[in-house]
Amino acid sequence: MSDLFIRTRWWVLTILVFVLITMFTAEFQQAQTTAVLASALRQSTPLIFGALCGVMCERSGVVNIGIEGQMLLSAFVGFMVASSTGSLVAGVLAGMATGALMGAGLAGLSVTLLGDQIIAGTVLNIAAFGISSYFFQQGRTLPSGKTPQVSLGPLADLPVVGRVFFINRPLTYISLILIWVVWFILFRTRWGLWTRSVGEVPSAAETVGISVARVRYTNLIAGGCLAGLGGAYLSLEAVGSFERMMTNGRGFVALAVMIFGRWNPIGIWGAALLFGYASAVQTQLQFRGWLADDPQFIGMIPYVVCIVVLAGFVGRARPPAAIGQPYSRE
Amino acid sequence: MSVAAPPALEVLGVTKRFGDVLANEDVDFRVERGRVHALLGENGAGKSTLVNIIFGLYRADSGEVRRNGEVVHLNGPRDAIDSRIGMVHQHFQLVPVLTVAENVVLGNEPTRRGVVDLDEAASVVRALAERFGLEIDPWARVEDLPIGLQQRVEILRALFREVDILILDEPTAVLTPQETTHLLGVLRGLADTGVAVVFITHKLREVMAVADDITVMRRGKVVGSAVPAETDEASLASMMVGRSVELSLERTPASPGDKVLTIVDLVVNDDRRSQSLNGINLDVRAGEVVGVAGVEGNGQRELVEAITGLRGVVSGSITLEGVEIAGMSPRQISTMGVSHIPEDREKFGLIGAHTVADNMVLNRYHQPPYSRHGIRSPGAVEDNAERLVAEFDVRPSNIGAMVATLSGGNKQKVVAAREFSHEAKVMVAAQPTRGIDIGNIEFIHRRLIEYRDAGMAILLVSAELDEVLGLADRVAVIYGGQIVAIESADGIDRDRVGRLMLSGTDN
Repeated sequence: MSDLFIRTRWWVLTILVFVLITMFTAEFQQAQTTAVLASALRQSTPLIFGALCGVMCERSGVVNIGIEGQMLLSAFVGFMVASSTGSLVAGVLAGMATGALMGAGLAGLSVTLLGDQIIAGTVLNIAAFGISSYFFQQGRTLPSGKTPQVSLGPLADLPVVGRVFFINRPLTYISLILIWVVWFILFRTRWGLWTRSVGEVPSAAETVGISVARVRYTNLIAGGCLAGLGGAYLSLEAVGSFERMMTNGRGFVALAVMIFGRWNPIGIWGAALLFGYASAVQTQLQFRGWLADDPQFIGMIPYVVCIVVLAGFVGRARPPAAIGQPYSRE
Repeated sequence: MSVAAPPALEVLGVTKRFGDVLANEDVDFRVERGRVHALLGENGAGKSTLVNIIFGLYRADSGEVRRNGEVVHLNGPRDAIDSRIGMVHQHFQLVPVLTVAENVVLGNEPTRRGVVDLDEAASVVRALAERFGLEIDPWARVEDLPIGLQQRVEILRALFREVDILILDEPTAVLTPQETTHLLGVLRGLADTGVAVVFITHKLREVMAVADDITVMRRGKVVGSAVPAETDEASLASMMVGRSVELSLERTPASPGDKVLTIVDLVVNDDRRSQSLNGINLDVRAGEVVGVAGVEGNGQRELVEAITGLRGVVSGSITLEGVEIAGMSPRQISTMGVSHIPEDREKFGLIGAHTVADNMVLNRYHQPPYSRHGIRSPGAVEDNAERLVAEFDVRPSNIGAMVATLSGGNKQKVVAAREFSHEAKVMVAAQPTRGIDIGNIEFIHRRLIEYRDAGMAILLVSAELDEVLGLADRVAVIYGGQIVAIESADGIDRDRVGRLMLSGTDN
């Protein structure tokens, strides 16, 4: 029992601190507390999608710094398709297809042409920014509105938890399910074992007959679908329209979330919630007019929290060994 | 024999080119089931290229591979695995963060409803291990295993795929004498079950001990074949090198001078902070070679690192001509006259991405004539390199080449050239000939003796007992972090040294 406590002391402490901060910022009112937590979950959703994309790529040995671009262009294409067809489903699918195509492009540059992965990812980012800005039209709207809220029956009636977890929009639910799906694929299935071995020692995978190129292509494309969902979330679920640069660095924060979560989907969830939570608290405090003369101190909160927790947790994180290295057999 | 069954594996007229280099030229090679076939040759002779073609990793430019008389097309390891060819690679192809069981089944995992069945994998590994005498914990992480056990994982992986041809690329290069003996026994047992074993090496003693058939390669061609009963080590060596080779070094008796390096009651910890040297007492005189014999992991590495300043000393003293050097930085120690050929040349001896010329001054680049007032003098660096490359016969002789592009033997010559070139008083040579071929071994050994004769004090640490006995004037046996015996190499009893290495006592 004491052993269990020692092993989990950081988590216990963190959760305790969170609860206190939440109640404090919400002036000890249940409705306010719930609002802060719900906002934390909303802020974390695009980070989850982005980081899950990152983990699929990096576990197979490919660095993807193009997640920002994949999310941005997917948000744009998803919005345009949904706006012109009137179908949100078509929009989300178009967003996923966009992300997947960009993932395939990244694979082509880095796996087939053995290019530098950082440069390939940068290409995606620049292309996404250029294309989405060039074709962007002011004043377009979604005829169908944002994705609808879905409450999960009796679960939604639970105090606090119900409002936070069980009254959400579809892509948020999907992100929560995908965390476990990706975890299961990576750590329980044959494909996951192949992915991890390709990301660690590609030549070892090759000598037992696993095609490194096939594993990397598949994971980059699948990861692209996830980033595409993240983009669609931003334009079709969170905001309901497209704005220039609307990802606003979330693709890069997602990479930090992935590292913080130690390349493990469950860790990623925790990390994404932390980042999302820090943003939510900051917004809440500013909203309440706390330290209104010096708002920059409030603005620091997410970053201070991150630094403190990073220092406590992240020390032993170890990236996949083959990351960033193009692989060729001869 | 004209009506005998076709051989398990036959390679006919295989040619493979890498750029301008002809790695294999019209190679014919045949392996019979149930026999251990040694493939001998120096580094760069084309052995690895040949087996990589057989394993499908390389495509031959021309020629064909036949299994049981039928031509097979091997376009990748998958094809080789499917035709039941297994390979144990020189640089292990294992995933360090995965467990033994996961590594063994990787690529052919047992699954239950889509989930990899690790319990099943572990029990398969356990059964195989028991059957072939290769005990191992299936749940251990590969990165936590010593190198000898990692090799077991490689062998088990091939056996798991029920190979009937097993190729091992330099399997004994990384093993202790005991592990080697065990491995050779396992290979013999495998051959007795009908597997054809192909075993690449350049260690003649092993070939004579275990091989049924021998094929010798040199410069990409097969230059001969033999059976052990009708040949001897000397003629195999000359076949490999293309000239006659001195297998045992001619040397005059040492004429030791004063004590140069004196180690008293040295206590040192290992990486896990447990004590690995428990009071070492040892001295080395000018003009003698003291050889440290021992099974790896008995404190040799810590001893070398303590002397050269790479590892802190807990207690005791190390003096160089009366001056305490324990606690000094590696650079101070090196400047005072202690040279070091490290056991891992890639990691500690060289910078692969730098040129031969720069690597030749890695320990002196900051001093005149190589730098003045903090600014490097390329001319002096190049002159030094040109001289050493000629003197140590480094090939290619291009001093601007990246060290990473050289062969193992030539890399080691670069290290040796640098370490010998600075008027050192003491040379600490750790595994100076590990993984390099016969011609270069002979060269390095000659140099060690020449510098001994010139008055250098040499501490030789080697896992090769033959090397220690062949070079040392005095032999110190290290066991469990202590020197358990130290005596003149003249007329020393090899078996007794072997027992001391294994148990610390000679009875």
